[in-house]
Amino acid sequence: MTSGALGRALLRIATGAVLFFMYAPLALVIIYAFSDTGTTAWPPTSLSLKWLEIAVANTGLRDAFLTSIAVALGATVIALLLGSLAALAVARHAFFGREVVSFVLIFPIALPGIVTGMALSTTFATIGLPLGVLAIIVGHATFCIVLVYNNVIARLRRTAASQEEASSDLGADSWQTFRFITLPALRSAMLAGALLAFALSFDEVIVTIFVAGGVKTLPIWIFQSFRLANQVSLVNVAGLVAILLSVIPVYIATRLTRDTGAIGRT
Amino acid sequence: MTTGARATPTDPTPAPTGSARRRVAAALQRRPRLRLGLLLAGPAGWLVIAYLGSLAVLFLNAGWSRDPFTGLVHREWTLANFGQLVTNPIYRTVALRTVGMAIAVTVTCALLSFPVAYYMARVASPRVRGLLVVAVLMPLWSSYLIKAYSWRQILSNDGVLNWALSPLGIHGPGLNEVGLWLVLTYLWLPYMILPVFAGLERIPTSLLEASADLGGRGLMTFRRVTLPLVFPALVAGSIFTFSLTLGDYIAPSLITTTQFIGNVILANFGVPNLPLAAALSLVPLVIVTIYLLIARRLGAFEAL
Repeated sequence: MTSGALGRALLRIATGAVLFFMYAPLALVIIYAFSDTGTTAWPPTSLSLKWLEIAVANTGLRDAFLTSIAVALGATVIALLLGSLAALAVARHAFFGREVVSFVLIFPIALPGIVTGMALSTTFATIGLPLGVLAIIVGHATFCIVLVYNNVIARLRRTAASQEEASSDLGADSWQTFRFITLPALRSAMLAGALLAFALSFDEVIVTIFVAGGVKTLPIWIFQSFRLANQVSLVNVAGLVAILLSVIPVYIATRLTRDTGAIGRT
Repeated sequence: MTTGARATPTDPTPAPTGSARRRVAAALQRRPRLRLGLLLAGPAGWLVIAYLGSLAVLFLNAGWSRDPFTGLVHREWTLANFGQLVTNPIYRTVALRTVGMAIAVTVTCALLSFPVAYYMARVASPRVRGLLVVAVLMPLWSSYLIKAYSWRQILSNDGVLNWALSPLGIHGPGLNEVGLWLVLTYLWLPYMILPVFAGLERIPTSLLEASADLGGRGLMTFRRVTLPLVFPALVAGSIFTFSLTLGDYIAPSLITTTQFIGNVILANFGVPNLPLAAALSLVPLVIVTIYLLIARRLGAFEAL
């Protein structure tokens, strides 16, 4: 029994250590964002809100932030539509090649992002379409579809099809059944999927760099600013914004889908 | 199907409202195939055209060549780029280095994830378990780039790690391959913890009790019962740690000056030599595909 207690204590210590390992770098971003000096020198000599003001006044940073919001919204809308449609098709119909659909949906996120980025930018270059915001949205939407799909299909599998059958037995047409039965059941799962899609798009950089052309999203702005030795704190302020705008949507999404638990990144 | 529907009493004799929407809805009701087609057209079209189509174009480009004098791309398919990948020792070194890093990161993640996942699945109360799942999810979803950037600050000469280690008289790994190994382990660790946790949670307690009843001590039960049962979940997690390391070029460029596959692809991308970059990007594609096929044989797909 003592060895069991010892084992549990060791496991608890190991878990605590790994959690510290996972959270310390995030805590550091917050500290540097409020550090006065703006360099990596540790420990910071004094704290201030100076860099917050500098960040707000920085037009390049602000433009990048707004571009990221626009891109994430665009990608989310496409992913929400296509992911929900695919989930409805797979969950409520039996057809040849059904397994292939879920496999192909997972593909863009299972393969290294650099392959997706290269493939998309090469295609845009080959058929002569310009790179830029639209190209980024297309790229992001492609790997965000699966996030909505996973959430919606998890909900559909928990919602009995008999409710929809009952609705049509009572004389509702397929639109009314969808509008009054299916959609209300799916709403929170769709919202959760959309929040995840937004979060993933907002901080995506690997694919984005290949298709952005000259456009700067927030992650690209951060990536291009990391060599500025005396503006470390400014980059950390931007990083803090990036963290909050992905963590908050994901946290809400976990609350919305406690029944299905479909929040992986796959 | 239609004759069957005709026989039922619900079949409407001219719809009372008769609006266009009702007629479309009724038509869809009677034709599930049409409904399916409309549902699938968008997503399938998008993925086939935008994604699979792009991969095909990438493959096509990998066979083209670029004239070193005019800079124009010859659209004539050859194996020259692939030959260069095999014969040029630089590309071989870079590929082997990247795969080596992917293996090192995967093994480290597997070792680190186990105590955490075991604690979550087998020791923690349901309430603590729920909190820990969220605690592991949040770092996974927070901005990948800023996590890598934060590590650049931690590992830098005047950074927090050297400051914390200086009383002990030792130095941190610094901004080099060892540092990168640490950073990549950090970045992909949650991707390993979550499937291993799910795998451990699925093992019925009765099996562990049976092993103990038959005289299996803690370590024996772990080695002979727990580990084989959780192995597919470990492989499932390793798909992410392996694939993500293989395709990464941001963390390597933030932490080291060493070249990995991703950096070489990016360096050749666009003006320098797009066909060569395309051929290079097929290297991680092929390696990950082989890895996925092996993983499927090991039962990892059921554990995802």
